Amino acid sequence: MARVFQKPKSLTSTYTHYCPGCTHGVIHRLIAETIDELGIQGRTVGIAPVGCAVLAYHYFNCDFQEAAHGRAPAMATGIKRVRPDLMVFTYQGDGDLASIGMGEIIHAANRGEKFTTIFVNNTVYGMTGGQMAPTTMPNQKTTTSPNGRDITNCGMPVKVAELIAALQTPAYITRQSVIKPKYIIKAKKAIRKAFEYQMAGTCFSLVELVSTCPTNWGKTPLEAVQWAETDLLPYYQLGDCKTPDE
Amino acid sequence: MAKVLMKGNEAIGEAAIRAGCLNYFGYPITPQSEIAEYLSRRMPEVNGMFLQAESEVAASYMIFGAAAAGARVFTTSSSPGISLMSEGISYCAAAQCPAVFVNIMRGGPGLGGILPSQGDYFQATKGGGHGDYHLLVMAPYSVQEAVEMVMKAFPLAEKYRNPVIILGDGLIGQMMEPVEFPENLVSQPTNKDEWATNGMDTRKTTQRNLVRSLFLVGNSLEENNRCLKAKYDQMKKEEIQCADYNIDSDYEALIVSYGTMSRVCRTAIDLMKKEGIEVGMVRPQTLFPYPDKIVQQAAWKPSCRVVTSMELSMGQMVEDVERVVQGKRPVTWFGVAGGIVPAPEEIVNEMKRVLHAHQS
Repeated sequence: MARVFQKPKSLTSTYTHYCPGCTHGVIHRLIAETIDELGIQGRTVGIAPVGCAVLAYHYFNCDFQEAAHGRAPAMATGIKRVRPDLMVFTYQGDGDLASIGMGEIIHAANRGEKFTTIFVNNTVYGMTGGQMAPTTMPNQKTTTSPNGRDITNCGMPVKVAELIAALQTPAYITRQSVIKPKYIIKAKKAIRKAFEYQMAGTCFSLVELVSTCPTNWGKTPLEAVQWAETDLLPYYQLGDCKTPDE
Repeated sequence: MAKVLMKGNEAIGEAAIRAGCLNYFGYPITPQSEIAEYLSRRMPEVNGMFLQAESEVAASYMIFGAAAAGARVFTTSSSPGISLMSEGISYCAAAQCPAVFVNIMRGGPGLGGILPSQGDYFQATKGGGHGDYHLLVMAPYSVQEAVEMVMKAFPLAEKYRNPVIILGDGLIGQMMEPVEFPENLVSQPTNKDEWATNGMDTRKTTQRNLVRSLFLVGNSLEENNRCLKAKYDQMKKEEIQCADYNIDSDYEALIVSYGTMSRVCRTAIDLMKKEGIEVGMVRPQTLFPYPDKIVQQAAWKPSCRVVTSMELSMGQMVEDVERVVQGKRPVTWFGVAGGIVPAPEEIVNEMKRVLHAHQS
């Protein structure tokens, strides 16, 4: 009997350390499926961030480097500039990319580096223990904003996809989500499109994925999905911010 | 090959190319910006890669990423920039990635100044970034020696899978001298397939490679740090380089000095010889590993009454001199900072003062 659904070969068989209800596992799978479909496992190098996905190299079955906080785009630049034939992706969270690594991502995008960034936005620092991120919502409680994010003190949450789409260098910049199957299907298409643009040497690409963090939000997985849909998606609107064809 | 007249900074850039390094990531900073300027026009001529990074922090991670992918890479900067790169250098050392860094030192701390200094001795030899690591540190005293050290640095970085740093100063970078590029020194890179993330297809394998510096489980961090220590111990056995001057005389005092300062000391030693005062000099060419035994033996010579560390810094290398002399001779320090390079007569006066204060 033909097997119609199985683990992508670009994932290892290792159990992940992610919390119940975490969306990293879904995102890992979408990337691994894409790598399998494009037949690029043998020439792909991933870059893990600092944060919950720091151990992503245990789960992806391809070459991997581990970056310092926020520096993944600089490392990806280094790889891609000396080995343009390799397929390179960075996997970064919002503390990593939108706070300490803002300089690196902006400049890599603006130079049009030919790699792909998967940006997981769940509005908090995960691994460090639920601290406020640049993407934390107004009044959202975190361990460093116990009374809720005060926008008069901390500003409004950063919309990364729109920010990078404001750069003129041609790029594929999109925001998708993985909180429900209907969003996951679109997210998969976006990830695949981003990798295809890289394969063709077209442009830098960034796929922002609105995700959940039930543990640090203090919610059940189901409550987290519902809150993301009602409170995050109106602010972090889904869709393409920029395509190379524009 | 005939000698050519070149500025130190440009010669350093050319030396890297001659050593087979065709990848440069860097960021402009005085007094070494000519290296980046030179390579921005030279790299395309040799089908090499030049990229101006957005910061020294980013440059150090471009180096890390490219080195981890198996490429021969280097970057250059000056003191404040090396502080920023030190984060990436620590990661390179932890993940055992070979790369070459050049520091054309300027005065510090802070923005300091743009004139020559040796104020980064501690940073280069004792730390810089966080954690248990060392760099292999080479200190040239001429443009010719800078060229030779840069060319040696790449194979050494690959032999040890560890960053190597060339510790020059603003004078080495800015002055012009005749140089001759050694030929046939382009060594083949070592086999990097065992560890480099150069793609499984490249290695014709289905085994992935990981380059990482996080060791959470059990005593894996301890094991990694012991592995690093074993390499540093091996460097101490195999890589010490040291020169000397007037060392066969019955010198009354010994100068220990490196880089630009040691050139001034050579002239001072000649001047003192004419006055009948014999002073010897040991000039470490590697600052890590430090030539402990050579300095010690020279200091303990029966004729030698006192040892002086001559620096363009406010008492840094003197700590290593004190360490190896082990109290068997008085150790003094003389130094200047702020970008001033002393005249030979100042060295002469200081040595006369020191000898007078430590009469036999």
